[in-house]
Amino acid sequence: MSDIDYSSFPNAAGHFGPYGGRFVSETLVHALDELESIYFSLKDDPSFQAEFDKDMAHYVGRPSPLYLAERWTRELGGAQIYLKREDLNHTGAHKVNNTIGQALLAKFTGKTRVIAETGAGQHGVATATVAARLGLKCRVYMGLDDIKRQTLNVYRMKLLGAEVFPVTSGSRTLKDAMNEAMRDWATNVDDTFYIIGTAAGPHPYPQLVRDFQSIIGREARRQCLAQAGKLPDALIACVGGGSNAIGLFHPFLTDESVKMYGVEAGGLGIETGKHAAPLSKGIPGVLHGNRTYLMEDENGQIIETHSVSAGLDYPGVGPEHSWLKDIGRVNYVAINDDEALAAFRKLTLTEGIMPALESSHAVAYAEKLAPTMSKDQVIIVNLSGRGDKDIHTVAALDGITV
Amino acid sequence: MSRIQQRVAEAKAAGKKLLVAYIVNGDPQPEVTLPTMHEMVAKGVDVIELGVPFSDPMAEGPVIQKGHERALVHHTSLKGTLELVKQFRQTNDKTPIVLMGYANPVERFGYQAFATAAADVGVDGLLTVDLPPEEVVILKDALDAVGLDNIFLLAPTTTVARAQKIAEHASGFLYYVSLKGVTGAGHLDVEDVKSKLAAFGQLTDLPVCVGFGIKDPTTAKAVAQLADGVVVGSVLVEKMGSLEGQPAAAIATAVGEIIGGMRAAIDSL
Ligand SMILES: Cc1ncc(COP(=O)(O)O)c(C=O)c1O
Repeated sequence: MSDIDYSSFPNAAGHFGPYGGRFVSETLVHALDELESIYFSLKDDPSFQAEFDKDMAHYVGRPSPLYLAERWTRELGGAQIYLKREDLNHTGAHKVNNTIGQALLAKFTGKTRVIAETGAGQHGVATATVAARLGLKCRVYMGLDDIKRQTLNVYRMKLLGAEVFPVTSGSRTLKDAMNEAMRDWATNVDDTFYIIGTAAGPHPYPQLVRDFQSIIGREARRQCLAQAGKLPDALIACVGGGSNAIGLFHPFLTDESVKMYGVEAGGLGIETGKHAAPLSKGIPGVLHGNRTYLMEDENGQIIETHSVSAGLDYPGVGPEHSWLKDIGRVNYVAINDDEALAAFRKLTLTEGIMPALESSHAVAYAEKLAPTMSKDQVIIVNLSGRGDKDIHTVAALDGITV
Repeated sequence: MSRIQQRVAEAKAAGKKLLVAYIVNGDPQPEVTLPTMHEMVAKGVDVIELGVPFSDPMAEGPVIQKGHERALVHHTSLKGTLELVKQFRQTNDKTPIVLMGYANPVERFGYQAFATAAADVGVDGLLTVDLPPEEVVILKDALDAVGLDNIFLLAPTTTVARAQKIAEHASGFLYYVSLKGVTGAGHLDVEDVKSKLAAFGQLTDLPVCVGFGIKDPTTAKAVAQLADGVVVGSVLVEKMGSLEGQPAAAIATAVGEIIGGMRAAIDSL
């Protein structure tokens, strides 16, 4: 494992071992070729990087703090737990790191319209936000079922001037919104940039989203060395499509002593079939332009997923995670709805920090892992977003309408 | 000579253009597909493209998406589609059949196992929408081994250099997508099609058929003038969806009428 040069993945064809690639209709190939050439010409361009860094500092508010959760650590009685506070970013989640990066690509190429898919609405809000700031037209595709359970974010997007386009095909959730965004892009590629929301999709998306999100891990590494005086012993992040997780993990992949845990949505329990945990319980297949672990039936049809958190409710996962699973570099585990909800309450009461339900999955796993480790060890939990958007969901479970 | 080559040669000898028709297996009900295939042949279809339904048909417009959804309600599968072709071949050994679908059901079946089973039941070719030349190797080797044709799409945005590469992987015929976007989209620009086909035509001896956006006999005729054949799909799927629940024979007849109109138009050149 130690001799793997992680920075050389994906290869030129976008492959991470057997995963990734570009499984798309010919109608999309030109758009992807164009994106690839733009990205590879700008990614190391000092003026592009400088603009990205400036926006990260002054618009997003980075670096986000690495916060030692002392009371929670004490209660758990094991490893010291630090929270990487992506919830404090402008718009309230890690998603904005990526949308700023991609919107800059759109700006550098002169496209006037951006589109996005969204599940929880966080990526949609982050896209609408950067579109408003850059004066770009913006349409966000969102499954009808998600529109109903994320009313707050839908309204936020509208206030930001975006059009929220309800998707009624298929299972009416994130995967269908992604199909619809791809169709739009194939049709309107001349003036439209597709800002994909996670480290999945056809090459070069998994790579460029990872690269933009890696700011999380680069900061965390530096901060941990400064604050804890050593590298962390373990990293924990929730995995929907996998962007916050790969963003935290990637800068640590060559640090062999750092263990990594990607937490999938166990829904009602892996054994019930009602979950969104392709790495824990799926098999490799082809969806949304890449080969990766998927949830599918015996005929290769993608099946419906379940999670209390809309942002994890996706039947696939970014291809780099599939590869990291197979080579054993990252451990993938699952946390059920009820465990995530309990962790949401726990962190809120113990630290005064209300995590997104997505992030609550990572929090819940930390509660299991920390007590098994010693007090001189360090865990970093990626607190990918804040929980304001989920208050309706939690209140409804309490039988309260807010 | 494969069934596709045979049919291409016959059309050429008769001075006719190819009429390719796309319907989705199992849409709107399973018992409709077989009689509709026979009826389309009776009304002059040269090649049948049988859509294999998929839960996430990323390249389809709303009309064909709904066709896939209707078929999936009845659990239409790739296995079931091979079964259907077998039945069709009991009375028709001449009309070429191309299965058109997405990679995942084939991947799940197993590329090798699929190629063998498809050749066994009398499938002639495969068009896997999301397997461009860069990703097609495993499938291509499997298809080559059993002599099945591998059909590829060309798009308005495909460069000549890329079209060259695609043509090298392709056999049977090439399918030029006449519009940017998804199946059934907007309006087709005949002049656009003309200039693209002129460029692509020089790259290959394979026939080039044109589809996406051919909704009426007039357009079919205009396009047939420029290409070796036309593909009609959305217009058939739309009709079939509108007749959901009707007897299979009635749906087959309605589809046959559309095909008859298209046939007459392209033969009137
Ligand atoms: C706060 C938060 N965390 C995590 C996710 C999951 O996405 P990913 O796995 O790409 O980080 C989402 C998605 O909407 C989210 O809003």
